[in-house]
This record gives sequence, structure tokens and C-alpha cells, in this order.
Amino acid sequence: MKPYIPEYVGTVTKYVFVDSPDTTPQDIATAAYEVAQGVMVKETCFGCQITGSPEDVERIVAHLRKLDPYRIFVKDRGFPPGDARRCRADLGGARPGYLGHEFEMKMARYISYGLEAVDKMTAEELEKAAGTPLPTEEPLDADIVEQLFMED
Amino acid sequence: MVKVFIYPATSLMLSDLVARYGHTPLGSAVSIREHIQTPGFDSPPLQMTAEDPQKGLKWAAVEVPSGIRGRMSLYGPLVEEAEAAIIIDEPELSFGCMGCARTNELLCFMLREKDIPRLELRYPASREEGVTFVAQIKKFLDDLKKEETA
Repeated sequence: MKPYIPEYVGTVTKYVFVDSPDTTPQDIATAAYEVAQGVMVKETCFGCQITGSPEDVERIVAHLRKLDPYRIFVKDRGFPPGDARRCRADLGGARPGYLGHEFEMKMARYISYGLEAVDKMTAEELEKAAGTPLPTEEPLDADIVEQLFMED
Repeated sequence: MVKVFIYPATSLMLSDLVARYGHTPLGSAVSIREHIQTPGFDSPPLQMTAEDPQKGLKWAAVEVPSGIRGRMSLYGPLVEEAEAAIIIDEPELSFGCMGCARTNELLCFMLREKDIPRLELRYPASREEGVTFVAQIKKFLDDLKKEETA
């Protein structure tokens, strides 16, 4: 064990994801650089990562959201970009993680559609839409389980 | 602005929706950030130290595996801080080892036991379900805002 001196203390890092036919990750990164004013922006294949003071990051995120409000998704990140404990440049090979992001980005189109539809709803329509239960999967019948179990 | 715990704690969509509708999402990134920005002793690879399972004792008993107690040292303070919670039922993305599975069970149990507003739903699988998913979350978060101002 050795003393640990943290880097980027007091900063926040946010991921910006985009899944849009009109806006590319490069557009997002370019727009972020335009208003960066010294804040660290890292371009990625899905959008970008922004590291800076909470106010600066919030300002850039608000600017980016305007580009494609329903198709840009933002999330906090614990580690700053390039952290030796997570960065591929130091670890070598494929980086662990992003499985959750991959899984959730598959449903980004449904949520984008939902965001757009909900934005246009009146209070009554929202009440009605929210009252509709999401269908749950039927539990597997015990007889079918037994039948499967008895099969050779 | 209400602090809303999101489960799965790493969820991109929940984190985005909570922040989009004007509240503060409490996810694992928040506690990881606090963890790695605190000076101490280096303990590779992820800055977990021997103290973390001890901190986790507050939420999980001593006979519970240290992996769960270590995870609870990150999630426990967030659950205590939470003023509301959004839970996705059986999310595939949180599938992992037994440590993850038991931590997830304990986490959901703690959120359900805590007397806070709670929304439980599941991921959408079509555009229509996407509308319902967003509408339910928006209504829940708007109601929190109304309660806060009342």
C-alpha cells in the first residue's frame, strides 16, 4: 500500500450518449468543444465525456441537449477519462464494462419515442398514459417446468 | 429537487430521465466518484480498501460475505440519503456474480422497507411501452415536485 493522491478533486464527469439519425457522436463532441472554455472533453464512439466543475459540466450538457433533445442521454461517471485503473491504454486489451450501456442503448429508440410523445401530452393525457400498466412476463407454468424436467 | 435512488444503480436511462425532469439521481457513479476523490491509501485495482467491508457492516451482518459488505459501503449511504426511488424489476443488465445478486436483493429490500415514494416498473420492449415508461416516470417525478412545494 502507498499513499493515494487523487486527481481532479472536486470535478464531475458525465457521459453524453447519442442515438440519432440526425446527430452523430462527432457533432456532439464538436459542439462540446465549441463551448468547452477549458473544460476537458473526450470524444468517444457514442458521444463524449465531459470533466470539469459541476457548473461548467452542467452548462455544456444543457447546450448539448438542445441539439437533439429526445435522443441525447446523459449519465454520471465515477472515474475521470484516462484514469489508469480503467483506461485501456494502461490496462491493455478490451475494457471491462459498457455492457449496461450497450443493453440500455438498445431501448434508446423506444425511450426517445416516449420522450417526444410525452412532451406533447396534456396533463390529462399524461395521467392516462401513466395509468397504463407495463405488461409483465407470465411466470412459467409449474406443469411445463415438470414436463421439461422429466424429459430426457 | 429530490434525491432519487435509481435501481439498477448504473442505469443510463433512469439517470437521464431523473435529471431531465429536474431531480438528482443517486447512482453508483456518485459514490464511486466520492471514493476515488478521497485521499487515502492506494489499494489497486479499484481503490477498495480493507475499511470498506467494515463500513458495510452498518447494512449487512458480519456473516454476510465481504463482497456484499464492500458493495454496501458504496450503496448504503446513498439509500440513507434517498428521498424517493425508482426500481426496475429484474433488470437483465444487473445480472452478475452472487455478490452482485445478493447486494441487489438487499438493496431492493432496503428500498422497499424504507418509507419513501417508490416507483416500480420494467424496461420497455416497444414504442408504445416506451411512452408508458416515460409517462410513468414523468408523473412520478412531477408528483415529487408537487409534494416538495406543498
